[in-house]
Amino acid sequence: MRTSYRLLGVGLTLGLAAYPAVGADLKDLYFGEALYHAYQGQYFEALQRLDAELAQYHGLDEPVLDTLHYHINGAEFSVGDFELNYRMHRRAGRAIKAVLEGAVDPAVRNEAAFRLARIHFQKDQLDDALHALGRIEGPVPPAIKDDVEFLRANIYMATGRPAEAAEVLKPLRSDPSFAGFASYNLGIALLQEGKSKDAIEQLDKAGQLKAEDRADLAIRDKSNLVLATLLFESADPDKARLSLDRVRLDGPFSNQALLRAGWAEASTEHYDRALVPWNILVEREPTDAAVQEAMLAVPHAYASLNVNGRAAVMYDRALTQYSAQIERVDASIDSINGGRFLNALVREESRQDKDWVIRLRSLPDAPETYYLMELMASHDFQTALANYLDLEDLRSKLTTWQTSFDAFDDLIRLRGGNYEPLLPSVDAQFRELDSRMHLRLEQRKQLGKRLHAMLTAPRPDYLATADERIAGERIAVIEKQLSGVNTQTAIALRERAAHLHGALTWRLETEYHERLTEAYVHLNELNQYVDALNRQYEAFVRVRQAATHSYVGYEDQIERLRTRVSDALPQVNGLMTRQGQLIETVAINQLKARRERLVDQQTQARYAVADSYDRAARAQTGGEEH
Amino acid sequence: MATRNWITNTLASVSFAALLWVGSSPTWAESKDQKEMRGLDEQVQEIKSDVLAIAQELSRLEEKLLFPSGTQVAVFVAVAEGDPMRLDAVRLQVDGELVAHYIYSFKELEALRKGGVQRIYVGNVSTGDHQLDVLVDGKREGGADFSHTEHFTFRKDVKPKLVGLTLAGPDSGKTPIVLGDW
Repeated sequence: MRTSYRLLGVGLTLGLAAYPAVGADLKDLYFGEALYHAYQGQYFEALQRLDAELAQYHGLDEPVLDTLHYHINGAEFSVGDFELNYRMHRRAGRAIKAVLEGAVDPAVRNEAAFRLARIHFQKDQLDDALHALGRIEGPVPPAIKDDVEFLRANIYMATGRPAEAAEVLKPLRSDPSFAGFASYNLGIALLQEGKSKDAIEQLDKAGQLKAEDRADLAIRDKSNLVLATLLFESADPDKARLSLDRVRLDGPFSNQALLRAGWAEASTEHYDRALVPWNILVEREPTDAAVQEAMLAVPHAYASLNVNGRAAVMYDRALTQYSAQIERVDASIDSINGGRFLNALVREESRQDKDWVIRLRSLPDAPETYYLMELMASHDFQTALANYLDLEDLRSKLTTWQTSFDAFDDLIRLRGGNYEPLLPSVDAQFRELDSRMHLRLEQRKQLGKRLHAMLTAPRPDYLATADERIAGERIAVIEKQLSGVNTQTAIALRERAAHLHGALTWRLETEYHERLTEAYVHLNELNQYVDALNRQYEAFVRVRQAATHSYVGYEDQIERLRTRVSDALPQVNGLMTRQGQLIETVAINQLKARRERLVDQQTQARYAVADSYDRAARAQTGGEEH
Repeated sequence: MATRNWITNTLASVSFAALLWVGSSPTWAESKDQKEMRGLDEQVQEIKSDVLAIAQELSRLEEKLLFPSGTQVAVFVAVAEGDPMRLDAVRLQVDGELVAHYIYSFKELEALRKGGVQRIYVGNVSTGDHQLDVLVDGKREGGADFSHTEHFTFRKDVKPKLVGLTLAGPDSGKTPIVLGDW
């Protein structure tokens, strides 16, 4: 037998899904950005960012050099958590399995196994959940040690193995964060096991635990309520009464506790005492099932006390209230059929306000949601509703994207229109500059080579200045003109020319090293200009490429995306319609069930009011006769 | 008398039934609806997956089109760990031009306090040095307003430039605005 105790377990374990604390140690800004979205409940955006980061990380040749490497384990877990919170259980399972099967240390693997088990548990795949827990071996991170055991106990309880659940739960009672839930669940496990006496003892302890936060207070109230029921069944109304006294009057179980307290008194025929809680209850929210039951219980108590006139009046009042409530339920069904329920659910303020369910009631024409509270609190309804809202978000995103494709097309067209007339002349100028630049760079290269060669084979003439070169050429011309002429004057001139030639050669030879060094200095000075030129050249090439990349080559991608969005939109719309219809059907079925109950109570009241009037009349007649 | 007993019995049995609901999954019986709901859930998961894939490709396309890596600069905002200040707004100027003025909601501030990082601005700048002016408005722990301005210079190279700003309130004893390079 598989009983469903999911709510308790899921409520608690979902809250345990914590993201890594990065704080001052954050090394990857995009991972931090994904967390920023996740902390605000924007799981779509968180997944979009983190998926992209992880894909990039896994595509790197050396991922250890990437900043995400510092957080890779946290990121792999987070992606699973985000998927889980975004109700993508299948992908979350795959993400966590990937961690589980990867080469990670045992503590990380065990945490992954726990998370996988939690997903299976939430999806009601209990054998798989147990199997995943079975993969835990070796060290378990201290932060999740008790979570693992609490989950194990929940699985045992849900699979009808209360004895094993009880063994797991016993040590958890000492953990302050689990005390209330573990104590309550242990009581239920003992009850399932057939150990009623032990169950009563355990629930009695759970009902007296110190509690401060809302969840602990609620579970304590619940423990007392269940305990009172057990005691009542065991024909121990006095203890049942004590247990019910411990339920807070303003807690979520107070109406049921008041009702039960009345019945505890009524069972021992203390109808006057039963009227105390029931009269409190009957003044409360008339849509509550316990209050509606008290509407019949109060006159029943008066009738039992033979206060038949009062009983008749109260039955009459109950009749009026049941009629009013049936009308409200009918109006709610009409409201849902008119689509107003779904409209109210998707309103933005509904999503922002945590008490949105209650606020729905104040909306004009919205159905009476109090009748749907129980349904709306159920896990399946919450999932269905959340899916409906998610689909609405997806629809809104896809619609926006459709318009953004047109904007992209415009952008590309405008860029093309801007660049295309300019680029041919820019390219022509660039080609000319490019050839000039290459020429100069080649010259510089040749100079460098020549200077290098002069280190081993000195060539002083290469380092002559322009004046010296002209002077040398003029001397050579003079020497040529004077050659073969042997006049006195010519001989004197030849000597002077030879002297000048010698002086020039002397200067070139003696200043050779100095000049060579200077030439190197000048060449090196040129380097910085060449480097600047190269940088500018590269920058130009980049900008030139960017100009082309800004409008060329997007058509296929945009068209593909446009098609994907166009295909996805009708799918989302279709799913939304089906999901919405199902939500409406389930809500209407719930209301119809409540209506049937109200009609039944109305019938009972109708019979009883007549009976009470008869009895009152008979009593009056009897009194008069006496 | 028979009527009264019948009512008593009916009331008592309803009351027990109501109590036994407590602790178990309420009202949504195993039904055709529930099966259909779960079937739909699977389909919703698939469409979410598809739309996420579209969103990622679209985001890459947007980045390539609007913020190419050669000119991209992104500024991120984080809050110093454990800082009690209430961040109201951040204003950013790049080279004297106002590029972002962000006012924080409670949810966003909480997300920052937990260690989330907000990408407050993405834009384009040329390679080289740029001036970044940051103005932070907030409230101290006691509720008094504070305002702090800081001027930074950052250098944009060929690759995308990521600038991280870690903000701290006046009561933290930490540097009010720290600029980090990534």
